[in-house]
Amino acid sequence: MSKLKLSLSKLPKPVKIAMWVLLAILAYALPLLEPPFITTPGVDFGGVLFVVTMYMLVALGLNIVVGYAGLLDLGYVGFYAVGAYTAAILTSFHANWPLLFALPIAVLASTISGVLLGAPTLRVRGDYLAIVTLGFGEIIRLVAVNTEWLGERKGISNVARPPSVGGTEGLFEIPHLYWGDGTVLIDTQDTTKFLVFGVLDQIPYYWLGLTVVIIMLFADYLIKNSRVGRAWEATREDEDAAELMGVPTFRFKLLAFATGAFIGGLAGALYASRQNFINPDSFLLLFSILFLAAVVVGGQGNRWGVLVGATLVAYLPQRFREFDDFRVLVFGLALVALAILRPEGLFPPRRTVRAKQLEQELEELEVGTDGEEKAHA
Amino acid sequence: MLLEVEGLCVNYGHIEAIRDISFSVPEGSVTTLIGANGAGKTTTLKTLSGIRKVRAGSVKFDGKDITHAAPYERVKLGISQSPEGRRCFVGMSVRENLDMGAFVRNDRKSKAYQEDMDRVLTLFPRLSERINQSAGTMSGGEQQMLAIGRALMARPRLLLLDEPSMGLAPKLIAQIFSIIKEINAQGTTVLLVEQNAAQALKAADDAHILETGEIVRSGKGSELAGDDSVKAAYLGGDI
Repeated sequence: MSKLKLSLSKLPKPVKIAMWVLLAILAYALPLLEPPFITTPGVDFGGVLFVVTMYMLVALGLNIVVGYAGLLDLGYVGFYAVGAYTAAILTSFHANWPLLFALPIAVLASTISGVLLGAPTLRVRGDYLAIVTLGFGEIIRLVAVNTEWLGERKGISNVARPPSVGGTEGLFEIPHLYWGDGTVLIDTQDTTKFLVFGVLDQIPYYWLGLTVVIIMLFADYLIKNSRVGRAWEATREDEDAAELMGVPTFRFKLLAFATGAFIGGLAGALYASRQNFINPDSFLLLFSILFLAAVVVGGQGNRWGVLVGATLVAYLPQRFREFDDFRVLVFGLALVALAILRPEGLFPPRRTVRAKQLEQELEELEVGTDGEEKAHA
Repeated sequence: MLLEVEGLCVNYGHIEAIRDISFSVPEGSVTTLIGANGAGKTTTLKTLSGIRKVRAGSVKFDGKDITHAAPYERVKLGISQSPEGRRCFVGMSVRENLDMGAFVRNDRKSKAYQEDMDRVLTLFPRLSERINQSAGTMSGGEQQMLAIGRALMARPRLLLLDEPSMGLAPKLIAQIFSIIKEINAQGTTVLLVEQNAAQALKAADDAHILETGEIVRSGKGSELAGDDSVKAAYLGGDI
């Protein structure tokens, strides 16, 4: 694993870039290729892939809060809901805005809700924060259930879709592949119109979702390697020591919360737009737990790890749908197995691995330096 | 006076940790606060760094009132601390720890920054040997050097050191104290908190003895080191 990583990092830069581009093209083409074993029988593959990208987005956002800044947030679905409801209200229930105008407002609303929740609660540490955020997620849902203005239990329908490029027929049509017995054919009957955001074909939504995920990955890379990223890391490791270094830890924790809320709200708004319909049941506590599971399973603090975690959490239950209720049991068993075998997640960040090695090495080292000191004396 | 503390009182809940202490640190000096466990030494330093809130009294740095200033404002003004128990960022490398020490500076790419880095690595050659190693894998003595080096990276005018000798072998303690003298000789004022009274009094120009939250004696370091009652109480001598 690490050997593979090493040999990959030695490749010249153009080769590396070419590999990334190839990977991205493959990711975009995935629902058109419809590779056997990977496709989801009985559920629309494009739709599942869209949900996977939403989980990826949410996992990236929650990873900033939990993985980078070390703040346990059990109510992340609340931000997702604020984004979704804002988009729904502005495009359907109380106004008729196009989605592109509603999106920035939805994201702004969830960011503000992040600041409003964070400002009083980030002063408490550890367990208390988890409890407060848990309450926040439920309060948002219960407010939606009980407010006529937000559609109560019935929810809000006719949420605006993204604008189609090139009218209802799109710019051009892309055929899918058809996998027969031992043969692969291009199926000209089964095509996706580029870029039509309609009712049936979910693939354009997936492309939109994937594009947003890629943009957020870049943003995540930049912010992690900036002064802000270092401040988060120091705060997570030792808050008092970070203060002594001159890091205003409260401000940086609030920034992490707001950034996480921003991404969560964006995912929520996109989700509402694809669903065309939302009601409070889309924002149960269960989703906060699944989002957190995606981050923890993947390896908190590692952006690629949490993407894998998000994929597993969103994709596996759909892939094994035919096992019906057993899939929940299997999912649970898989999580328990993971907790025992890889407690830091599938792909823990370099630092966590180092911290793990530390314990053994430290003992040897202490013995080593003791000897040295005696030699000096 | 670089630092002036007037009538400082600090509480932990209802418990008075520090009662009405006053002292000052002259520019360019090494000043020490010595005392037993629980005397309030660490609390005093935490208060000077802004981590603990003041109940009463005032703190002035270079004539400016900083009694209620936030910790990061104090670092910007030129007060930095090597905390009790080192508190290095164990997941970060030595270099990343030193960079964290310079968090308030905006001149990372400049020559002055590189010079400060070189200065720290010259003071502590051990750190330059381990520059890319993660701090958590280093021994206690090395972590202590890193904690002091990290504090120096902020370019402090006043360096606060909280028990730099804690848990170290005697040979290493002597080395740390000679480096403290050197840092002071290079122009940084040092406020040193210690349980190791013998070493601290030897290194200090001025000294104050803390007992249960109050200053009971003050004087020149050499003076107190020669005082019989101080010897009896803190230096293990007999009368």
